[in-house]
Amino acid sequence: MADLTKLAKLLQELDDQMVGCMKCGMCQAVCPVFAETMKEADVTRGKIALLENLAKEMIHDAAGVQEKLNKCLLCGSCGANCPSGVKVMDIFLRARVIVNTYMGLSPVKKAILRGMLTKPALFNALLDLGSKFQGIFTTKVDELLGSSCSKVLSPVIGDRHFVGLAKESLHSKVKALDTPAGKSGKRVAFFPGCLGDKMFVSVAEACLKVFEHHGVGVYMPEGQACCGIPAISSGDRVAYDKLVRINLDLFAKGSFDYLVTPCATCTATIKEIWPKLMEDYPAAMRDQIRTLHDKVMDVNQFVVDVLGVAPEAPAKGGVKVTFHDSCHMKKSLGVTAQPRALINMNPKYELVEMAESDRCCGSGGSFNLSHYDLSRQIGERKRDNILATGAQVVSTGCPACMLQMTDMLSQHGAKVAVKHSIELYADSLR
Amino acid sequence: MPSAALIKEFEAVVGKDNVFTSEADRQSYSYDSAVLDAVVPSLVVRPTSTEQLGKVVRLCNENGNPITVRGAGTNLSGGTIPDPREGIVILTNSLNRIIEINEEDLYAVVEPGVVTAKFAAEVAKRGLFYPPDPGSQAVSTLGGNVAENAGGLRGLKYGVTKDYVMGIEFFDVNGGLVKTGSRTVKCVTGYNLAGLMVASEGTLGVFSNIVLKLVPPPQASKAMMAVFDDVNKASEAVAGIIAAHVVPCTLEFMDQATIRYVDDFTKAGLPRDAQAILLIEVDGHPGQVADDAEKVEKVLNKVGATEIKVAKDAAEKFKLWEARRNALPALARAKPTTVLEDATVPRSKIPAMVKAINDIAAKYNISIGTFGHAGDGNLHPTILCDRRDKHEFERVEHAVDEIFDVALSLQGTLSGEHGIGMAKSKWMEKETSKATIEFSRNMKRAIDPKYILNPGKIIGA
Repeated sequence: MADLTKLAKLLQELDDQMVGCMKCGMCQAVCPVFAETMKEADVTRGKIALLENLAKEMIHDAAGVQEKLNKCLLCGSCGANCPSGVKVMDIFLRARVIVNTYMGLSPVKKAILRGMLTKPALFNALLDLGSKFQGIFTTKVDELLGSSCSKVLSPVIGDRHFVGLAKESLHSKVKALDTPAGKSGKRVAFFPGCLGDKMFVSVAEACLKVFEHHGVGVYMPEGQACCGIPAISSGDRVAYDKLVRINLDLFAKGSFDYLVTPCATCTATIKEIWPKLMEDYPAAMRDQIRTLHDKVMDVNQFVVDVLGVAPEAPAKGGVKVTFHDSCHMKKSLGVTAQPRALINMNPKYELVEMAESDRCCGSGGSFNLSHYDLSRQIGERKRDNILATGAQVVSTGCPACMLQMTDMLSQHGAKVAVKHSIELYADSLR
Repeated sequence: MPSAALIKEFEAVVGKDNVFTSEADRQSYSYDSAVLDAVVPSLVVRPTSTEQLGKVVRLCNENGNPITVRGAGTNLSGGTIPDPREGIVILTNSLNRIIEINEEDLYAVVEPGVVTAKFAAEVAKRGLFYPPDPGSQAVSTLGGNVAENAGGLRGLKYGVTKDYVMGIEFFDVNGGLVKTGSRTVKCVTGYNLAGLMVASEGTLGVFSNIVLKLVPPPQASKAMMAVFDDVNKASEAVAGIIAAHVVPCTLEFMDQATIRYVDDFTKAGLPRDAQAILLIEVDGHPGQVADDAEKVEKVLNKVGATEIKVAKDAAEKFKLWEARRNALPALARAKPTTVLEDATVPRSKIPAMVKAINDIAAKYNISIGTFGHAGDGNLHPTILCDRRDKHEFERVEHAVDEIFDVALSLQGTLSGEHGIGMAKSKWMEKETSKATIEFSRNMKRAIDPKYILNPGKIIGA
């Protein structure tokens, strides 16, 4: 078992963090995966116990531990609720890098993460091509939700109702921006994120409309890469490092007060994960990451906290809209009031709260790809909570949640539109 | 690992998906919340109906496999750590149905895997109240609460889990269904086996259904916080409140070490020089609440509390409780390992107990923060250490021994609410008697001849 000894040694670097878990089991109360499977190995306490045993060479089945480790949404609910403050996200991301690197990434993941994602120009070109041909293989199922399904592609994507690639991506439409600060006196770097650039282009456009309305200068360089979350959550440190470097180089070229994104996941990744995993980078890179940590901001927060947009009173009597607190927005960034304030700015809508608004929708990024059944079960609870409000629109601050909720609602034939909160605000502007 | 044939038999009863054989799955049921060594079970079985549960118990007995029943695994005395001799863990978390909530006769019938807080919330929806509120209630199961006789913050006025158990149906080792107690307030039919099952820690039978008593909720409540420069004064306050014939629903205590850890963590500006803080809440009819609150304030002033804060509304009450809510999180963050004890003394002995705990901490050069339920003398001396430091942990073990010694010398008890499990079984005879252990062992032998029901717990092997 020489191999396991090596793996154990690597995992021992996590010991100081794992030892803080007092095995109280309170994570069972909030873990969306545990709520479905009710298996201890699927909840944080169990996963930490298994990693500890792997580090002590008390378990032989490393593949078994790997499977449990990857069966997690990385939603952060457990960390936010942990009585002893265990840095769960740190532990799990690092453990995924160690264990998945050690056990080997699947060839498909390697091809996607390293072959495509780290080459923004190629990635963009491939998807632009894809958007032209996707109509041939897919069938529209819901005009309101803009969802489609596909018989041809079902071996790959199952029976998902997915949001297709936009006809024209943001980078094709707008290419790049470099405008000076207007009446707000502020200038932002804009990071639309992959989903904002390629699928929910209307979300990115809403942001640009809001910036223009408020006289905010925009720096949006060409060739932006993914924030790195799909790579690091798959344990691919190589691809992750490349993506971080591409983005750092790109944003080092501009001057701006804030780095703004409409994607809670991208914001949380840049703000929380980049600094967590920078200890091996050169000093200059670490400085850049620290600067971006201070500058990066969710778009809702930017508009409310920096631009000072505030509703006089909650709008009443309009179309009912309910709000989903995405995990990264609430549990990582602590942003909850700002998107609600923006929704209240639009007199056409009336905000009604759903039960468990901060319960994970089950997307979890690539979790949805690797554990679709489980992801769907978790998503159905979110769907039911949405439907129970009678709202015609569900809003959130995270495009990944938008994808998941679209799938859940479309499969159910529910006539509920999915909108980003910035879209609802932008809609109120002339 | 049990034979392939036996595994097949379990699978035939509960389905393949509910028999866990993989190393990773089995290892994740090898521990609970106690700071003790893990023991990996040979198999984990999850029945999804009580009928299956009975069959699983019988199969284990027929094959001589020790059973440890597990709910949420939050036990603090090692009661859910399985037996090393081909032990089998039986999970109750798929037995989580609330069978009945009877609003006319004020009782509920539940399966053992129902989560305490979910049950309390369901009951509250119907305008009723289930008072026991152990610290782990967000995840703990009612079966586990009954098996441990779990307490909580409301013990002084509302009692503990045993005060709400009206009846139990449980399986004996042969899988026979034993019925005891009833849905009526009065019931003297046969031995009080339900009483015997409470706090039996899975050593005498396996719960199938539990009948729990419900009560009407209080209409109003009022919370106060009092600060003391002397633990004796805090204790006098507790005695004075009781002597004034006020029974608060909660009467919580925090010592200086805990106050400082909480303040370090929350930066809430707590009085760091205070020797003790009491958090007091009275509830009931609005008129009575006002009267009681006034009486409590009078007592607090009389004994010389240095500061008294009365919450005017729900928001202020929430704020007052913040310090107490953060007691365990603050202590748990201070050091990697948290050893949470629950030695309990008559409430008048609290100052003596707190002093002894502080002396023990100094003697062994370890950090202990003490908080807990002053109204019922149930303190939680919480030892903060790092289990990886062998020398320190040895000192911790000596300190725990001495804490028990002191508690017993003050006519207290080993465990107020966490159970004996494996952690405290060696102390049982000291608190009780040789005959008590013999009596208990004889009873167990008669009920469980193969000693398969959670062996090694309470009365040793």
